[in-house]
Amino acid sequence: MTATVFDELVGQADAIETLRAAALSANALLAGTNSHAGAMTHAWLFTGPAGSGRSTAARAFAAALQCVRGGIGCGECSGCHTTLGGTHADVRFVVPEGLSIPVALMRELVMRAASAPTAGRWQVLVVEDADRLTEAAANALLKAVEEPPARTVFLLCAPSTHPDDISITIRSRCRSVPLRQPPAAAVAELLTRRDGLAPETAVWAAAAAQGHVGRARRLAGDAQARARREAVLAVPRQLTTIGACFDAAAALIEAAEAEAADAVAALDATERSALEMALGAGGTGKGAAGAARGSAGQLKDLEKRQKSRATRAQRDALDRALMDLAGFYRDVLNTQFGRTVSPIHLDASPVAEAAAARWKPEATLRRLEAILACREAIDANVKPKIAVEAMMLALWKG
Amino acid sequence: MSAPALLLVLGDEELLAARAVAEVVDAVRRDDPLAALTEFAASDLLPGELAGALSPSLFGGRPVVVVLNGQDAKKDLAAALTAYAQNPDPDVSLVVCHAGGAKGKALADALKNAGAQVAVAAKLTRHGDRAEFVRNEFRRLGGKCSGDAAEALLEAVGNDLRELASACAQLMADTDGRIDVEVVHRYYRGKAEVSGFSVADAAVAGDVPAALEALRWALATGVDPVPIADALADGVRTVARVASAARGGGNAYQMASKLGMPAWKIEKAQRVARGWTPEGLVTAMAAAARCNAEVKGGSDDRGYALERAVMSVAAARGGGR
Ligand SMILES: [Zn+2]
Repeated sequence: MTATVFDELVGQADAIETLRAAALSANALLAGTNSHAGAMTHAWLFTGPAGSGRSTAARAFAAALQCVRGGIGCGECSGCHTTLGGTHADVRFVVPEGLSIPVALMRELVMRAASAPTAGRWQVLVVEDADRLTEAAANALLKAVEEPPARTVFLLCAPSTHPDDISITIRSRCRSVPLRQPPAAAVAELLTRRDGLAPETAVWAAAAAQGHVGRARRLAGDAQARARREAVLAVPRQLTTIGACFDAAAALIEAAEAEAADAVAALDATERSALEMALGAGGTGKGAAGAARGSAGQLKDLEKRQKSRATRAQRDALDRALMDLAGFYRDVLNTQFGRTVSPIHLDASPVAEAAAARWKPEATLRRLEAILACREAIDANVKPKIAVEAMMLALWKG
Repeated sequence: MSAPALLLVLGDEELLAARAVAEVVDAVRRDDPLAALTEFAASDLLPGELAGALSPSLFGGRPVVVVLNGQDAKKDLAAALTAYAQNPDPDVSLVVCHAGGAKGKALADALKNAGAQVAVAAKLTRHGDRAEFVRNEFRRLGGKCSGDAAEALLEAVGNDLRELASACAQLMADTDGRIDVEVVHRYYRGKAEVSGFSVADAAVAGDVPAALEALRWALATGVDPVPIADALADGVRTVARVASAARGGGNAYQMASKLGMPAWKIEKAQRVARGWTPEGLVTAMAAAARCNAEVKGGSDDRGYALERAVMSVAAARGGGR
């Protein structure tokens, strides 16, 4: 079979089947030969755990909708190519930079999505992280999803169909595409095939990333990401005293902050200089004072947005670290229960085995639960420092 | 004291510098009510102007010349000041303020070498010095302040000397001048941090009645539950870190840099740390974390969440689970 845009979707045969059929049906609608009536819907909800490829799936589907070679998602025609590259005039991506997607942005995008497609196919609005819509933004979206214009398609992504993630009313209007955590073997296969990684590196990275394709790529290619992971995996051995727990908590949080700062620094600077350029910094003459006041306001807005993005980046970084840590305790538990699945952290196996011999399985389970409780606490807005400290102490005590 | 002919005020602590200048002016005015005060900023003072100001006044009052920001003096002004310092007029008072840093250091050194009297106005960077400042401040105003009251005031007001000085003056005006911890807490109770700290202090000391009283008072006076919950976690954290570090030996001052905490805070924690076991601290921290989640909106009754956390922390002391 020839390559298509769906090849990036690892281990999701069912979802691919659904999306392929829908794209063909959509193409038939456009061609006026509506033979697959019913397969196409105007609103889709892609759900699945982090790294399962929600946005990859939405993007691939959007490309197939715009594919001028009969909607197969050939990956090579102008429709596919510009969609995947993010430059298709009729495809818009909403990627929240802060902790939530504001209503003003959503209204504007919904209005644009209602206009006629310039390339003659579909207007597509992709909302990555629809769980981060504010209530008002969700309402703005709901109105559009309830009465979609004939040529408009909404693709929403969320971790799950739970009401905490997506409102029941929106969910009820969407066709749901559940994605699963791809098996490590499938991710490894992709890394070898697409990225040309050596098989053993691919296997290690895919396992360590726990099915998260993007994370596996970073671990394989970025020395800093590997160093951060190693620091996290060293934590269990460091927890020898109460004081060490607090030191480990501080180190973990500092590392997450540093990682987040690295991730946003370049973008922050670029945005700021672009805005300053647009505002004509240093202007004089009539009206300059008034303009300067307005500029100060815009700069302040930008700073606010950047701060919110940094907060999100910090949370994401901390969450990744917690998942790495949870992986270690899960490996210990797995060893204690006779190794029914393959380990996550292949390189930390000796430590996990030593711990498995020393701890009681119940204590390992309590430790694993402490990490999950910490993630939930941070999600519920507990100060990360306090949540992580309490977790480290629980890990120490067992 | 009689007014010096030449005073160098060295340092960038505004309050101390302003006081040193004011002392000279007051001293001169006591002897000579007609004294003429002129103030200049060094950056735009010309040597000619300086000479004019330093010459005897037309009306016979003793001239008091204050040159601010001496570190900004340009070459010719610095030269004029240095030359004058070699042989200052005993009937004139010249005060040169200097930030004390590397900038314009040659001028400060030259004035010192010429025999200028020096008043130190350096920033107080050490916690102990600030506590000493507070106690001196009360002494200066005719009151008396205990060591832990000075600590409590620092906790409540912060490190800014001007704010500390005005807090001292306020307390002197509103009390009989005998300042102890109770007085400070009563006076600053409305402040979130202090309320939180008194709740946490009592809780980690295992004193449930005192902790609950402090908590109810804080809530009754409208303090937000979030900073109280944060203070509770901070209280447990401090005791835990100090208790753990103390097992390795070492006194408060040696621990201070390792833990990044002021020595007084360590000493305070050491006093209560004795009743804590490692298991108890784990339980207490878990209670503090749970409370943090509850006051952030997870719980309907945030006051109740705090009460329960306070009792869990106090109960964890000396025991375990
Ligand atoms: Zn195509």
